[in-house]
Amino acid sequence: MAEFALPKNSRITGGKTWPKPAGATQTREFKVYRWNPDDGKNPSVDTYTIDTAECGPMVLDGLIWIKNHIDPTLTFRRSCREGVCGSCAMNIDGQNTLACTKSMHDVKDGAVKVNPLPHQPVVKDLVPDLTNFYAQYASIEPWLKTTTPTPQKEWKQSHEDREKLDGLYECILCACCSTSCPSYWWNSERFLGPAALLQATRWVKDSRDEATGERLDNLEDPFRLYRCHTIMNCAKACPKGLNPSEAIAELKLKMVERQI
Amino acid sequence: MTARIERPLSPHLQTYRWTLTMALSIVHRATGIALYFGTLLLAWWLIAAASGPTAYAHVQAFTGSIIGRLIVFGYTWSLLHHLLSGLRHFVWDLGYGFKQSEREGLTWAALIGGISLTVLVWIVAYTIGGGR
Repeated sequence: MAEFALPKNSRITGGKTWPKPAGATQTREFKVYRWNPDDGKNPSVDTYTIDTAECGPMVLDGLIWIKNHIDPTLTFRRSCREGVCGSCAMNIDGQNTLACTKSMHDVKDGAVKVNPLPHQPVVKDLVPDLTNFYAQYASIEPWLKTTTPTPQKEWKQSHEDREKLDGLYECILCACCSTSCPSYWWNSERFLGPAALLQATRWVKDSRDEATGERLDNLEDPFRLYRCHTIMNCAKACPKGLNPSEAIAELKLKMVERQI
Repeated sequence: MTARIERPLSPHLQTYRWTLTMALSIVHRATGIALYFGTLLLAWWLIAAASGPTAYAHVQAFTGSIIGRLIVFGYTWSLLHHLLSGLRHFVWDLGYGFKQSEREGLTWAALIGGISLTVLVWIVAYTIGGGR
């Protein structure tokens, strides 16, 4: 049965309001989830005020500004700052997205609320533990599987067959989709979640792959695939504009097609 | 070896902004559950109709009361909403209607269609049956 409330140790209590930057004329408030593994306290939400005249427009710019100017202990993942690496995925203003491509000015009302990706164990502050997520990705065996002898030069693919992978191969595994999915929240141990299933579709549809049947067998399970109830939060959350729910529907269709 | 740290679970329902399709997904399930109880009501009505005039009069007295009418009204909406919402799922299961405009259009259609049809059914019922 799904646990709708947070466990006792996860409930948010209090939080510090940090001093406003002196002399700043244009400011924006950030409310950021904090949890420190070393102090034994519950998570809290700290309030920071940033000087927007001194800072770039994206939420990630704001977080980096906080880290540089107010509180160096604030912890979050980031790398490419241009929506390619997927490191800075987090819940901003109630929706999962990448902090580097989300403008803080697109957050309409009041403070910019920043939380870690939902329903994940927290390592520290905005850093979730995605071990389970990566293990699920590995479980769909995301590599080319063949039985025919390897060609001397390369596995060839027509332009048309290559196009079938559009909308699938672009996934950066940021986990925005999977952690936006209520079905994944309640069954993350057994349901593979949108990201892993989108990748499963990517390999099932690859004209060069020769393990389609085996891949589908592996998904023929009440939980791994069929816990998707087309809630569609995944498609709304994806910062790359991909549509995991559509990919999952294709998988379900392939399951039926092979039985006819 | 360090001791295993009791990590908190990050907030989910507490922070996630409700989306249309997420809300209507739970409504679909809720109306599905309501239909179980509605079916019990229907079975009671049929059994009473088969049992005789006294038993039937009891059911009529219940469904004719204000609370009874509200329940039957709710049942009508649950049935029609679940039907339309189910058709929407049928479209998705066939692999269509996944674009943002399409999926939200279908969802709005199921919601508005369910309410409109319910009102229509009741208007027709009152016009023809005179609210008996």
